[in-house]
Amino acid sequence: MADHALTDTGAAIARPPGWRGVAADWSSDQRAFKNVSWGKAMMWIFLLSDTFIFSCFLLSYMTVRMSTTEPWPNPSEVFALNFGGKDIPLILIAIMTFVLISSSGTMAMAVNYGYRRDRAKTAILMLVTAAFGATFVSMQAFEWTKLITEGVRPWGNPWGAAQFGSAFFMITGFHGTHVTIGVIFLIIIARKVWRGDFDVERRGFFTSRKGRYEIVEITGLYWHFVDLVWVFIFALFYLW
Amino acid sequence: MRRDQHPIKLYLVVWGWLFVLSTCSYLVDYFGFQGYLRWTLILLFMVLKAGLIVAVFMHMAWERLALIYAILLPPVAVLVFLAIMMFESDYTLLTRMVFLGGGP
Repeated sequence: MADHALTDTGAAIARPPGWRGVAADWSSDQRAFKNVSWGKAMMWIFLLSDTFIFSCFLLSYMTVRMSTTEPWPNPSEVFALNFGGKDIPLILIAIMTFVLISSSGTMAMAVNYGYRRDRAKTAILMLVTAAFGATFVSMQAFEWTKLITEGVRPWGNPWGAAQFGSAFFMITGFHGTHVTIGVIFLIIIARKVWRGDFDVERRGFFTSRKGRYEIVEITGLYWHFVDLVWVFIFALFYLW
Repeated sequence: MRRDQHPIKLYLVVWGWLFVLSTCSYLVDYFGFQGYLRWTLILLFMVLKAGLIVAVFMHMAWERLALIYAILLPPVAVLVFLAIMMFESDYTLLTRMVFLGGGP
């Protein structure tokens, strides 16, 4: 089967700088994103739609928190862990943040090695990223278990406003699902990289199209987005 | 600049900065800053981290301007939504306090 679409037009087309260049790219019957491949553009557009989903979650959390007459449970105390007889505030969440940031670091390097066509390093760094992601999800499972045993439910909790539980489970649950999907996605692509699919231009089992190392970058976009969402959840839900 | 020409050091430096900024935002909670100081610091560190991730890790800084605007402008609508919901929740809180009693 032939490749249907030209995925890369090669060199960037020269445009005037600033808004005039944007207008020139968008006007007339043509591809708006020029030398940006369709795969990357579509991943960005998907991430944009996901941005709106998480924005809606965080905005509804803000709305219930601002409008309730009950006191809001103090996240600093709720998420504290006891180490050596002393309560350390938010320590698990801080560790989870560092784990996710580290996974973003290894992912960025995997993309770089992918474009250098360094098969082994790319695959290993992607698997390290997946391992960090799995660690993050496990820690989140631990946190959920701890809160559930302490009596937090979507409809109530021992410390105050009932909406705390519903916002918590909804936001962190949806984010954890994204991380889990990302881990699966990373393992699938890492296997393809390791096998050399993008060097021998092996066709995919589903689309029967040749893959390129760019898929590492596209996977990376999704993964960094998951980290990006966590930055907002950490600031707005846990620290606020 | 082509993507395979970025030195690995660039990513390590950004990684380091993300660690520093995360530590700073954690310390805001650890030292228990309150009020406007807390909000300002939290939002500042949040925006800086988000900016670093999008610009460097997601390579937005090197993308075509047409793509940058297409992706980064629509979320501005969220800020409008944010303002609307702040009015709405203030109003809800007011009616709850007036008719149900109690208060924050």
